[in-house]
Amino acid sequence: MLENHAKLMQFFSSTDEIIGRKKLQKMIYILKKCEIPFEERYQFHFYGPYSEELTLRVEEMCNLGFVSETREEKKNYYQYRYRLTDSGREFLTHYEMDLPPLNEHIDEMNGRSSRFLELVSTMLFFEHLPKEEIAEKVFTVKSAQNYTQEDIDEGWKFIKYLRSIH
Amino acid sequence: MAYRDEKLSEEKVFKDPVHRYVHVRERVIWDLIGTAEFQRLRRIKQLGTSYLTFHGAEHSRFNHSLGVYEIVRRIIENFQARPNWDQEERLLCLCAALLHDLGHGPFSHSFEKVYKLDHEDFTQAILLGDTEVNKVLSKVEKGFPKKVADVINKTYENKLVVSLISSQIDADRMDYLQRDAYFTGVSYGHFDMERILRVMRPMEDQVVVKESGMHAVEDYIMSRYQMYWQVYFHPVTRSAEVILTKILHRTKELYEEGYTFKLEPIHFLSFFSGQPTLKEYLALDESVVLYYFQTWMEEEDTVLSDLCHRFVNRRLFKYIEFNPNAQMNEWMELYKLFVKAGLNPDYYLVVDSSSDLPYDFYRPGEEGERLPIHLLQPNDELKELSRLSDIVESISGKKRTDHKLYFPLDRLEEMSNRSKTKKRIMEILFDKE
Repeated sequence: MLENHAKLMQFFSSTDEIIGRKKLQKMIYILKKCEIPFEERYQFHFYGPYSEELTLRVEEMCNLGFVSETREEKKNYYQYRYRLTDSGREFLTHYEMDLPPLNEHIDEMNGRSSRFLELVSTMLFFEHLPKEEIAEKVFTVKSAQNYTQEDIDEGWKFIKYLRSIH
Repeated sequence: MAYRDEKLSEEKVFKDPVHRYVHVRERVIWDLIGTAEFQRLRRIKQLGTSYLTFHGAEHSRFNHSLGVYEIVRRIIENFQARPNWDQEERLLCLCAALLHDLGHGPFSHSFEKVYKLDHEDFTQAILLGDTEVNKVLSKVEKGFPKKVADVINKTYENKLVVSLISSQIDADRMDYLQRDAYFTGVSYGHFDMERILRVMRPMEDQVVVKESGMHAVEDYIMSRYQMYWQVYFHPVTRSAEVILTKILHRTKELYEEGYTFKLEPIHFLSFFSGQPTLKEYLALDESVVLYYFQTWMEEEDTVLSDLCHRFVNRRLFKYIEFNPNAQMNEWMELYKLFVKAGLNPDYYLVVDSSSDLPYDFYRPGEEGERLPIHLLQPNDELKELSRLSDIVESISGKKRTDHKLYFPLDRLEEMSNRSKTKKRIMEILFDKE
């Protein structure tokens, strides 16, 4: 029961809190691309890979009291903070999870901006293309973000590092 | 005349119950409709298992695809000569609208979940592979299939074009809401589309709606909200979906155990053992799947034959509301009791969550999440819809999730009334003996 929710709870249990829905979306996508077996399905949207399934699953976990969500009003948008609750921790004790430890991945990603994670997840979305085409694609679909070649090089380094963790 | 500009000698029209007529003038569109891959969509139902709840819901992805094409055609008609609109993109938009669902398989939601597939990948493969569709598109120009694929994949450089096919107020949603309402026979799902089309405006990277059209958009959002709860999340449809998913799991499990099927499931083998080729994928439509379900009713494996019998003859699982947090202990006890009762709980005791369903609500979103609907104000400023509309604001904040527990009540009722196991199961499920 709720195996996919439990995997996400495991993710939340590996960190103190996640700030921002965009960051959460990109982190799970990047972890998937690092062979962590999350099942949420992604499509490319205006701001890069996005999973409606993940959004709804997080909403369910909040409604069930497994994850707490705090909303803060910003100038033109709302920002959300997520934490695993005691009920969530209790729920997790019923599961034998086959996920590898995620702390190191999460710490690395938490230390980066959501803009950078958007870049990395977009690069990973086009990973099947040759490297130079990926850069071209990023410049095209993310023209408003003004990413530079240096950003992309940094993105590759970051991906390589994340994938070397396990 | 270049193929891309070729017109039919006479306009063709398809009678359509939702839009009255679907108009086709372009040779390219006419040729695409005639391809084998597009005609296959006639054999894929738009609403999957919903026909077991709403008997009229037998409409196909073919109907819907024509509908999306027609809406985009009308939007573009209104966009002509407006700022930000490039008429050179017209044919690309029409092709992408027509072909956006091309990769859907039979009962695609369940199939994709069990066999870890993604219909979007197959849409790309059909557009770019050795197919009749690709041949037609390639006649327009060499890179044209790739352009169509990029629009459908939402990675095309012109985001305005993408947003016509895929955004929170796009032709896809506007068609399926009205079409699904029509075929299910419900009175929700209706909104003033003509009004919305009149007040849509092309901006640099998205379609927006004039503020004066806000009430028509509110109606659209309200229809969407009601359709989710009344049609898409219908608990009986979900029961059929649960059984279908379990059939697919069971056949896969049996195949992996080396079970000998009375009728070898040739069409399924590549699905069991990894990635099916495009040819294999296209060969499996809903008529083929239902044929297998009929034959599997005679299988020796009692779980498989029972589940197929349930699906084919509509002997669905019953359900109760379930709270996985508050009822965790009950779940664990039920699991053990079902084993004791000889009912494999992995197949006969199923928690289904709203996130297991493929539909989405309107989301105002935070910065950088998903592009919301923007209203164009008289001073040319853009404002997110829920910031101006109290109705949308109130719906956006509503609880939209639920969980249900499905089980075969008929099998439990068949058990002896003296059985302590039965008594306890009934107590937990219905809080009574």
